[in-house]
Amino acid sequence: MSVAGPDPKREAAESTHVESRPQMNIVIVGHVDHGKSTLVGRLLADTGSLPQGKLDKVKRECARTGKPFEYAFLLDALEDEQDQGITIDTARCFFKTAARDYIIIDAPGHIEFLKNMISGAARAEAALLMIDAKEGVRENSRRHGWILGMLGIRQVVVCVNKMDLVGYSQAAFDAIEKEYRAFLTGIGAVSPKAFVPIAAITGENLTQRSQAMGWYRGDTVLDMLDGFAKQPPKIALPLRMPVQAIYKFTEHGDDRRVIAGRIETGKVQVGDEVVFSPSNKSATIRSIEGFNAAPRASIEAGWSTGFTLSEEIYVTRGEVMSHKAHAPMVGTRFRANLIWLGRTPMTQGRDYKLKLHTSAIPVRIRKLNKVLDASRLDGELAKDHVGRHDVADVVLETAKPIAFDLSRENDGTGRFVIVDGYDVAGGGIIVESVTDEQDTLRSEARMRDFSWIPGGVTAAERAQRNGHRAALVMFLGKPQVGKHRYARALEKALFDDGKNPYLLDGTNVLLGVDHDLSAEATQDELVRRFGEVAYLILNAGAIVVSTTNAIGMADYGAVQALIGGNPSIAVEVDPTGRSTAACDLRIKGTESEAEVIAKVVTLLKQRQVFSA
Amino acid sequence: MDHLDQLEQQSVFILREAYRHFDRLCMLWSIGKDSTVLLWLARKAFLGHVPFPLVHIDTSYKLPEMIAYRDRLAMEYKLTMIVGQDAASIAAGNTFPATKDLPADDPRKLTRKQCCGLLKSGALKATLHGSGVRKRLDLATGKYEIEPDSEPYTGVIVGARADEEGSRSKERYFSPRDKNNAWDVGDQPPEFWNQFKTDFAPNTHVRIHPLLDWTELNIWEYIKREAIPTVSLYYDQGDGKRYRSLGCGPCQSPIDSTSRNVDDIIAELKSGALKNIAERGGRAQDQEGRGGLEDLRKDGYM
Repeated sequence: MSVAGPDPKREAAESTHVESRPQMNIVIVGHVDHGKSTLVGRLLADTGSLPQGKLDKVKRECARTGKPFEYAFLLDALEDEQDQGITIDTARCFFKTAARDYIIIDAPGHIEFLKNMISGAARAEAALLMIDAKEGVRENSRRHGWILGMLGIRQVVVCVNKMDLVGYSQAAFDAIEKEYRAFLTGIGAVSPKAFVPIAAITGENLTQRSQAMGWYRGDTVLDMLDGFAKQPPKIALPLRMPVQAIYKFTEHGDDRRVIAGRIETGKVQVGDEVVFSPSNKSATIRSIEGFNAAPRASIEAGWSTGFTLSEEIYVTRGEVMSHKAHAPMVGTRFRANLIWLGRTPMTQGRDYKLKLHTSAIPVRIRKLNKVLDASRLDGELAKDHVGRHDVADVVLETAKPIAFDLSRENDGTGRFVIVDGYDVAGGGIIVESVTDEQDTLRSEARMRDFSWIPGGVTAAERAQRNGHRAALVMFLGKPQVGKHRYARALEKALFDDGKNPYLLDGTNVLLGVDHDLSAEATQDELVRRFGEVAYLILNAGAIVVSTTNAIGMADYGAVQALIGGNPSIAVEVDPTGRSTAACDLRIKGTESEAEVIAKVVTLLKQRQVFSA
Repeated sequence: MDHLDQLEQQSVFILREAYRHFDRLCMLWSIGKDSTVLLWLARKAFLGHVPFPLVHIDTSYKLPEMIAYRDRLAMEYKLTMIVGQDAASIAAGNTFPATKDLPADDPRKLTRKQCCGLLKSGALKATLHGSGVRKRLDLATGKYEIEPDSEPYTGVIVGARADEEGSRSKERYFSPRDKNNAWDVGDQPPEFWNQFKTDFAPNTHVRIHPLLDWTELNIWEYIKREAIPTVSLYYDQGDGKRYRSLGCGPCQSPIDSTSRNVDDIIAELKSGALKNIAERGGRAQDQEGRGGLEDLRKDGYM
């Protein structure tokens, strides 16, 4: 058999060294007809990045048809060639300078292609924004400026193009710079690194300094590009690794249990104690796993990696791994700036799916602060929904607590998309956290868990012996509707099935733990104590089945906040059939015990409390 | 972290996202350099394992060396290796090579593109959908057996690169295809940062492109760095010719090049000697009529 190429077993280690050239993705944005194509054509021509003879061919073609030559024609010509299978395409152009290779990502200026503009710009590390000196600041100059800021592109240079049409006037240039800077400051967007007066058509200030604009003392566009800093991985920021998956490839004879994900920021080393949010579970890093890579003791931002932990804790995708001292925020509400691209408007009262780092969770608009026409961005629209291409300032509320950061502090865990049906319909950034009713209890639980002194038996070992994880099943509802009857039957059934259940009756907590509370004691304190007691029994590995009159549906969220990452199921017994409270199972109280038990067992299996 | 590391890490991230979101996931393996790098990246992502099937469409016109190489790696890496084929067209002589000597006006005569449409796009669609026969390599015996699983794949990982050819530069990392495998180039979902389209309607599927940002040079640099085995067709065997892109025997031609190994190819690409030659220039079907590969791709071609 003839298989050539390097053989890993034979090849000497030093011969695999590769010196790859640095590369930067840039995007050119701006209003339609403000000169993006001319600039791209000119950059390709002036850096010698066109196929041989292309420039002459297009010039000859122009001379033959009597059209004045324009650099933008180069792009059309390239597009024609694409039909014939030639490599260059306008969606991505490649050029190189002495410093590095560049990819120019196409970002159409037409509003219909806003989705493409965003997709292109989201991959860019730096941007050139074109403004026509004669037309001035237009609709997409503003919209694109806002979008660059939202996408987190911090290196922006504004090219004031077609200076030849305004007589190379410094006053015209200064006026545009003043107006556009004021606009960006007004909306709190990114501040451009510089404004450059150019005439792309003649190449003024593109690769060579302009003779016609002696008053301009700054760099050329090409020097500006080479001056953009390659953004280094964010190692100095606190550790954030959203959990992407837990891998265990036992069928391939591999018994490692690996917590996999990409480190967004910071660094971590073997032996570090780490915590997972929102479950507050903690463990120590035992090893850093990889394939065909040298073993390592530490790893940092930018790497898609995996870890084994000293203790087998139950964590899931969507949690964020960090160090204890610098954990992310956890909550259900935050204020965000978003742009909507969906054909159907975003409305209040409807459930959408939020995708934030690796978590995905139902979300709603809690409050619509304001809606802006993305073409102007300086005046509010009187709207009760977010229409296509609108920009909005909203408070979002997730169905369950999630871990996040403010985007200005950590953009990897501070930006999100919203899915409507099957489609990504919007995207945005978190600008502020907003408190919800459970914030106090949630912080109490976090402080408690971060300082928790573990015993010598782990939760995984208990789960192994019990044949199930710990979980809480709460029967809730008015007095005398049958809660106790169902709870008792469930406890007995689980016990007879070999499980380790415990019936926690609220009355017993009132009689003992709450004995010191006076009649005026707040409901909050009753709930807090009940939650803490339930948490202790959960830590002992039991399936806690509770029935109580002291705690209502309204307090369920508070109890959840206190029991950390333990799965919980709320069963509401409601004979009226009128309740609309959020619960996992609603029954009338007329169902047989066996029927209710079967439904709860199904839910417990869905939550992976046990499998059989 | 250098540029190759960044490309590698992004691809690993994409592969892991694909594995998380698609229960019915497969990876297309053409045996060429790009999809072999992709296979290697999967082993990186899944710590030495490849937890989904590799699908190869065998037109029967592939060079024997490619098939031998495929099966050797499949055994060594313990792959779930699935092979699909339009056996009916091949048996009936319904192909370009079998009809090329017929007179121009003969109705049985097939163009290269029509042949690709049957043996590649058609066979691929049928294999992905499960309506076509899937054969699976038995790792114990080294023989191919009929695969009983005929459920459609809903996530398909493909090694397309943006710099390779015009139409591929318009792709997203996660690119939906409708129930006819068609690609709506004009109306693609937005791709914010690393949030991809992972929700999809029944009967549609998503093509996943972890190599979109890689260039031909990056691929060879990575093959060198990781010491990934490749087929010898890519190298000059002494006649001053080598294949730059691998397809079916009758429709591909080698380029003039004296690159005898990976280092030579890297030097050749860096020198700019191939700047004016399209990478797929040796693939005759791309040159047939306007639209070329984009037409084939809209219809489900890789």
